[in-house]
Amino acid sequence: MGVEGIGASVVRKEDKRFITGKGRYVDDVKLPGMTYAHFIRSPHAHAKVKGIDASAALKLPGVVAVLNGKQIVDDKVGNLICGWAITSKDGSPMKMGAWPAMAPETVRFVGQAVAVVIAESKNLARDAAEAVVVDYEELPAVANVTEAIKAGAPQLHPEAPGNQIYDWVIGDENAVNDAFSKAANVVKLDVTNNRLAPNPMEPRSAVADYNEAEEHFTLYTTSQNPHVARLVLSAFYNIAPEHKLRVIAPDVGGGFGSKIYIYPEEMVALWASKKVGRPVKWTGDRTEAFLTDAHGRDHVTHAEMAFDANNKILGFRVKTYANFGAYMSLFSSAVPTYLYATLLSGQYDVPAIHAEVIAVYTNTTPVDAYRGAGRPEASYLIERMMETAARQLKVDPAALRKTNFITQFPHQTPVIMAYDIGDFNASLDAAMKAIDYAGFAGRKAQAKAQGKLRGIGVSCYIEACGIAPSKAVGSLGAGVGLWESAEVRVNPVGTIEVLTGSHSHGQGHETVFAQLISDRLGIPISQVSIVHGDTDKVQFGMGTYGSRSAAVGLTAILKAVEKVESKAKKIAAHALEASEADIVIENGEFKVTGTDKAIALPMVALAAYTAHNLPDGMEPGLKESAFYDPSNFTFPAGAYICELEVDPGTGKTSFVNFVAADDFGRLINPMIVEGQVHGGLAQGIGQALLEHAVYDANGQPITASFMDYTMPRADDLPSFKLSHTTTLCPGNPLGIKGCGEAGAIGASAAVINAITDAIGKNNLEMPATPDRVWRTIHAA
Amino acid sequence: MYQTTYHRASSVDEAAALFAKGSEAKYLSGGQTLLPVMKQRLASPSDVIDLAKIKELIGIDASGDTLTIKAATPHYDVATSDAAKKAIPAVAYLASLIGDPAVRYRGTIGGSLANNDPAADYPAATLALGATIKTNKRSIAADDYFKGLFATALEDGEIITAVSFPVPVKAGYAKFPHPASRFALTGVFVAQTKAGDVRVAVTGASQSGVMRVAAIEAALKANWAASAIDSVSIPSSGLLSDLHGSADYRANLIKVMAQRAVTAAG
Ligand SMILES: Cc1cc2nc3c(=O)[nH]c(=O)nc-3n(C[C@H](O)[C@H](O)[C@H](O)COP(=O)(O)OP(=O)(O)OC[C@H]3O[C@@H](n4cnc5c(N)ncnc54)[C@H](O)[C@@H]3O)c2cc1C
Repeated sequence: MGVEGIGASVVRKEDKRFITGKGRYVDDVKLPGMTYAHFIRSPHAHAKVKGIDASAALKLPGVVAVLNGKQIVDDKVGNLICGWAITSKDGSPMKMGAWPAMAPETVRFVGQAVAVVIAESKNLARDAAEAVVVDYEELPAVANVTEAIKAGAPQLHPEAPGNQIYDWVIGDENAVNDAFSKAANVVKLDVTNNRLAPNPMEPRSAVADYNEAEEHFTLYTTSQNPHVARLVLSAFYNIAPEHKLRVIAPDVGGGFGSKIYIYPEEMVALWASKKVGRPVKWTGDRTEAFLTDAHGRDHVTHAEMAFDANNKILGFRVKTYANFGAYMSLFSSAVPTYLYATLLSGQYDVPAIHAEVIAVYTNTTPVDAYRGAGRPEASYLIERMMETAARQLKVDPAALRKTNFITQFPHQTPVIMAYDIGDFNASLDAAMKAIDYAGFAGRKAQAKAQGKLRGIGVSCYIEACGIAPSKAVGSLGAGVGLWESAEVRVNPVGTIEVLTGSHSHGQGHETVFAQLISDRLGIPISQVSIVHGDTDKVQFGMGTYGSRSAAVGLTAILKAVEKVESKAKKIAAHALEASEADIVIENGEFKVTGTDKAIALPMVALAAYTAHNLPDGMEPGLKESAFYDPSNFTFPAGAYICELEVDPGTGKTSFVNFVAADDFGRLINPMIVEGQVHGGLAQGIGQALLEHAVYDANGQPITASFMDYTMPRADDLPSFKLSHTTTLCPGNPLGIKGCGEAGAIGASAAVINAITDAIGKNNLEMPATPDRVWRTIHAA
Repeated sequence: MYQTTYHRASSVDEAAALFAKGSEAKYLSGGQTLLPVMKQRLASPSDVIDLAKIKELIGIDASGDTLTIKAATPHYDVATSDAAKKAIPAVAYLASLIGDPAVRYRGTIGGSLANNDPAADYPAATLALGATIKTNKRSIAADDYFKGLFATALEDGEIITAVSFPVPVKAGYAKFPHPASRFALTGVFVAQTKAGDVRVAVTGASQSGVMRVAAIEAALKANWAASAIDSVSIPSSGLLSDLHGSADYRANLIKVMAQRAVTAAG
């Protein structure tokens, strides 16, 4: 490794821009003649829109237009799509209700847009919005799955009777029934996985610019995947053909999944820009973010696990109700199915698994992938189950896990996934050592003497990342391929541009991707720029989510760089009058091995572009591209252990220690990996202790601001002790597994297991607020 | 935010005169409540009259048996004031728990008491210490000042100029913060006055704003010790109940926080 190559904790190149206020976000875009959009949103969770009277608003100063849902439907802008087809157990396709970008007739969640005001300024648009009179006829609403599936519940969509979208199953039900009939012990558990609001720091924003002469649109948008946005806007929403639509996602301030989707506001901005003949900007505020950014999680699950007399798992049976909110968001259908139930084997050798997932509409904000997406729900369920089982079987929780760990790889689980490699004992051992697991009993006794309840909780997670082999996901219903593309351009002076279909919205790609180039070609990362987020610059790409950018995106870059190297070696060999096979690349030079003959990269590059003296038949230039499609998912895994104290007087939890031992395969930049783990753990702990998007029975959100929705803050979190136990991923040449979601996937079970250990009661839901914990301690 | 006219007053009298001229004027102090409400378009004052730069409204003074904090003094100044820390450390400590640093640099005691948020911290100290709220018109005893949620004895246009806290024998504050807002989910201020009284005020818990708790006062008067509160029972009726704290949880917190406040008072 060079000083800036693979494995070096290089300081992030992009941070100077971010921390000096020089980042360029969508809201920074100002175009000549730009207008501003303000959406009129439903205050009701369920209502008929009987009429919209904009006459008074249209007379106000600076108002350009007031547009509504009927008009957008009349103009044949397509309804929002869901990109993954799921089939119910009876063979029927999922039942999807129509979702127009603005509601022409019926609103189904608080915050759904019914109209938009376009005006000369943001404030004027807001003034005018107050003058628009919307006549609603309120309908009964339902906010949670338990109520929504009852007979007689308010119905959301005629297409989905009983509010049911699908009833999907995976695994072998007979094998599971067999396992339970042979069981020495059966452990049962009910858990809910609380709904979360993603809350990236930057709210969503869009600037749409229609050029009438060219019939061409440009969209600046806060997207994690601008190419997917263009594809969907073009192919399904009838905005414009792809060559007439440029999508730019510049600096984006965090996404966590919520910026994967193409939202109504972007569609409306594009459509409105053509209608009013001027650029249109919309920037959401925090309330709009709470109301309209896709939420995460929201499962209600009953699970049972069968054990033999030696505490080996025989079978696992799971039934989950997933709350989808009022509409099916872009990848919503895949989250509680192929991203959840396929991980239900956890780190354990489970011979038989059967899971049933019932997807349900409610009058709430749509739910989709949020950091971890399905895998946190799976991991939380399994790891609470293991802890519950250990308590019921009266064995040490770590020992029970070890009894059941998968130790032979590759391992085919009964739920599709084939784990390629891992060493689960190594990570658990490392975490146990780091926290002095053996000494816990003594510490617990000491804390007790001081009136504190101390607990320890283990969580051994596994996730499927590096999303994903296109053929495999295609066979499971995905509407897209999940490969990645890259192009490596060596300029005539030897500096390099890398174009990637991955999108950085905080992850640090500009540094990490440059480190690979530095590693391969021996040039400093300052001579490499990473270009992303613009469909006019990068031909195509699938974007960033599912911890895929290093495992898939960086591998695509590697493939392109290998092609560059191969051509450059031919040029160097020709110039040095040597055989191509004797050329090696060292410190930015192409050398004839075993001699002192060398030519520096810039000279090779120059030769490629002057083309005065190239090998016969070689094309000029030094630029190569590659598409990389992974052969399997990657399987990051690890062990988290949390030690904490509960104050019995208030129910408040205080961390004593939190250790993580992760296996991410090869680390390109350990410092950036550490940052990813810290952020993920914060979100996992946030889910366990603090965060909860709550609706009342009528579908009114009661946590639509930071005064009520508890975002984790620094002083809510412990100081983490991180470590790594590494098995290299055999599925990609760099051995990378991915690190972006692990913390959010593994942390919450460790925290709840520790609290339930501390208080000696197992029945505790997330978020474990002080009130809840206190109530559980004192419950009869 | 709607259109408004901003005035920077240089004296209390000028501020009062400007207020009288405006059709729907509002005083602005630290702006930590008023500005967010205006940004959300929930308030639309015709005129905003800034008190924060009026010299006679800023400062902390401890003399004899009284700690006086002028109305536009930010929480940060109180939290770090040697005079306050010496005279009534519990008040300086309370100020250090308000919001975050940005809020403490801006938010003021006058704004806090004028606003009388049922979960604000200062009302607890004001009521428990039996402080006097001084205005441009009169002096109001704490017992007569708080009138329920966001309601006070202030008349339209009346300006709080200072708050005078009698220095107690002992005082302590214990706050259990609301997890999201960090206001008081329940905060209890206990004080033993020089006259031999015990006064206990609770914020964040009651449906009718800051309140005294006679049962705890009696128990502490008989025996100034945390354990004296063990046998007190706090009914949950009349207490707030929401996502972050049910009424019976708050009833429990009143007791637990009172005990911790006594321990802190020494
Ligand atoms: C994020 C955040 C967290 C907070 N956390 C806490 C907390 O933990 N605990 C807590 O107690 N508070 C908290 N606050 C409130 C804050 O500390 C202030 O005390 C409060 O906002 C009012 O003070 P201000 O000076 O900002 O008043 P302003 O917002 O300027 O004014 C508030 C009201 O009082 C009136 N007013 C102001 N000064 C006077 C005066 N001298 N005479 C008459 N009327 C006047 C104004 O007209 C207005 O109606 C928090 C605020 C924020 C934004």
